[in-house]
Amino acid sequence: MGQNNKRETGTTLVKRGLAEMLKGGVIMDVVNPDHAKIAEDAGAVAVMALERVPSDIRKDGGVSRMSDPEMIHGIQAAVSIPVMAKARIGHFAEAQMLEAIGVDYIDESEVLTPADEAHHIDKWAFTIPFVCGATNLGEALRRISEGAAMIRSKGEAGTGNVVEAVRHLRSIVGDIGKITQADSAELFDWAKQLQAPLPLIQEIADTGQLPVPMFCAGGIATPADASLVMQLGAQAVFVGSGIFKSSSPAKMASAIVEAATHYQDPAILVKVSAGLGDAMAGLEISGLDMKLAERGW
Amino acid sequence: MILESLGCATRQIRTPDQLAAVDALVVPGGESTTMSMLLERSQLLDPLRERAEQGLPIFGTCAGMILMASEICDGRDDQHSLGVLDMTVARNGYGRQIDSFETDIEIVGLDTPFHAVFIRSPVVTRLGPEIESLAEVDGFPVLCRKGPVTVAAFHPELSGDDRLHRRWLSQSGICYSRASGPKE
Repeated sequence: MGQNNKRETGTTLVKRGLAEMLKGGVIMDVVNPDHAKIAEDAGAVAVMALERVPSDIRKDGGVSRMSDPEMIHGIQAAVSIPVMAKARIGHFAEAQMLEAIGVDYIDESEVLTPADEAHHIDKWAFTIPFVCGATNLGEALRRISEGAAMIRSKGEAGTGNVVEAVRHLRSIVGDIGKITQADSAELFDWAKQLQAPLPLIQEIADTGQLPVPMFCAGGIATPADASLVMQLGAQAVFVGSGIFKSSSPAKMASAIVEAATHYQDPAILVKVSAGLGDAMAGLEISGLDMKLAERGW
Repeated sequence: MILESLGCATRQIRTPDQLAAVDALVVPGGESTTMSMLLERSQLLDPLRERAEQGLPIFGTCAGMILMASEICDGRDDQHSLGVLDMTVARNGYGRQIDSFETDIEIVGLDTPFHAVFIRSPVVTRLGPEIESLAEVDGFPVLCRKGPVTVAAFHPELSGDDRLHRRWLSQSGICYSRASGPKE
């Protein structure tokens, strides 16, 4: 007893394990240490550091990049919960910097401007785990084959409109259900149709679930939205603009935390939703100039 | 679900009524600060302390260990712990995710090593005299027990090895045959 065997860091189990521990929780977008503090006070299981919340990115336009390292350090110092940060799709140099900063998870995110039109980051090369967005099962499995340890629906970030996240979740969960019903010969066709690796399709057929935790992001603005996506199969939720673009962020944040825990209990949802003030102003998807979910492939 | 594979009926606990209906409790990993706040808002803190005092079998892992401790270092000022075990833990004692690791550890009473996964794990910095340390890493206890309460700094539920769950059930006087599975 007490003698130490070899330790391995950055393994698949260790990477996916942290995502397992976040299940049932809410991860909140923050742009500075004050926001991070509000998020932690409200009961967030993690915060996501980014330069601007998605609704501002949408409004301001321009190229959106990884946050200033000084800001990320400030957020790390302000809270004790895990700190995630976003890197641009394909921008492995930003990801290397985030690893050097010691963030707990990297989001290779369509919310930032993509840096590579053909290649996502080789996420196996990192010790820090990655989360990636997906609009359908094929996209999710391609990201997992590149090393993602957590998948989130893309939804349509910065809109306060949950309809796209619901579409993505239903598509992913629906296809998983169909694959579990398929016979072994049909699995080859599923791999072809989804443009996804056959072994991952076979794994889904065996287990009935994604090999990594599946969370929901993109357009969640109320406690009811959180309940909806969790009932549809999301295991946790990311909330971006929905908190700090609402009229009382601290109250909205803690209401969404309770909603994620008690998502199956409408009476509690009623209680936490009462008197929250205005949710963020929402956008109709058909009126958007820029669809963030179309970034990545 | 390890307990289900052992024939136990399990349910998730979110309200005092649900807590009152179980024979044993697993307090899993997660964010201990979030769990502490939700326990408070769901009015579960006092009922949980009460049941623990009455001898409720509890298996706490990682954040579950933090919640069972009597003292927390590096926590939030408003963070609750239940004080079920006389011990002090430091949150995230090994550092951030980049320092999370898996390794084989020797556990008292097990013939072969146990594969343990440590994720932003707590470190036990002080252990009360009545509490048994069953495994150590770097000289710090990582598996502790007093009566029906067992706590681990690592995640036995992640490595697919059910030996610790089985031992906890036996020590708690719960038989886990498939035919008559007790409630968790």
